[in-house]
Amino acid sequence: MNTSLYGTNFHSDLDTFRDQIDEIFRNFGVASNIRADVRGFPPINVGSTDDTFEIIAFLPGVEPNRLQATIDNGLLTISGERMSVSQQDKNDVHVYARERKTGPFRRVMELPEDADPDRVDARYVDGCLHISVHKRESSKPRSIQVHQ
Amino acid sequence: MAVNTRTASTDVAVREQEREKQLHRNRNTVAPHVDIFEDAEGVTVIADLPGVPKERLDIRVEGNQLFIEGEASIQVAAGFKLHHAEVLESVYRRTFTLSREIDSTGIDANLKDGVLTLRLPKAEQAKPRRIAIRSA
Repeated sequence: MNTSLYGTNFHSDLDTFRDQIDEIFRNFGVASNIRADVRGFPPINVGSTDDTFEIIAFLPGVEPNRLQATIDNGLLTISGERMSVSQQDKNDVHVYARERKTGPFRRVMELPEDADPDRVDARYVDGCLHISVHKRESSKPRSIQVHQ
Repeated sequence: MAVNTRTASTDVAVREQEREKQLHRNRNTVAPHVDIFEDAEGVTVIADLPGVPKERLDIRVEGNQLFIEGEASIQVAAGFKLHHAEVLESVYRRTFTLSREIDSTGIDANLKDGVLTLRLPKAEQAKPRRIAIRSA
């Protein structure tokens, strides 16, 4: 990373990278993850249709009773805990790889103003949490008639 | 391929299939995160494959190689526009080389909530055994 762009060494490269990710979120109106634990998990894709905002969180292997999604004052929080698979029923277990993150996680994002928190739908399918937040009726794109 | 011969329509279909497969193989893939454990009876491989339904998961053993390939399929509504993506690739692919002690005919695969659990048993004769010592 070119340090002349980012000033002196107050930031490590990793912090600079994190700032860039936060910048992306800020530009969409999604708040940076100040409150996030286990940063980066779950990864999230954000999109929209004319009627809704769509958030897709990739979190395979999470028990439904360990998964929570809440909206509070325009902040959407996806949190929970992924348990590691127990190997206690086996003898002489040797671990070769542990790439999957386990433990508690939290992602927080600010929903745009025209999101209606009372009309939210959430589904957990194949390890993906789909959250659809409807847009407020008044803010949907409408064409305006031009009179002569 | 000789220029002056006419290829049968079936050959064209086969070539198109091969080309499709080649293109598919060259798409951007990502290696899924795995946990691998070994115990006395066999090896357990746990892979994160979020968004991959059972019908898009392909697990193959060829010789001593284990191929895992799955394509994520995310249902979205009509007119969906992606604004921010932390996951861009939709094809998960990873290959493992199995040691000879693995009994490849006894592999068990389970896919639940985007997590693939593979159980690779060791062949009977490869399991650790005590050797009885006879006294002369």
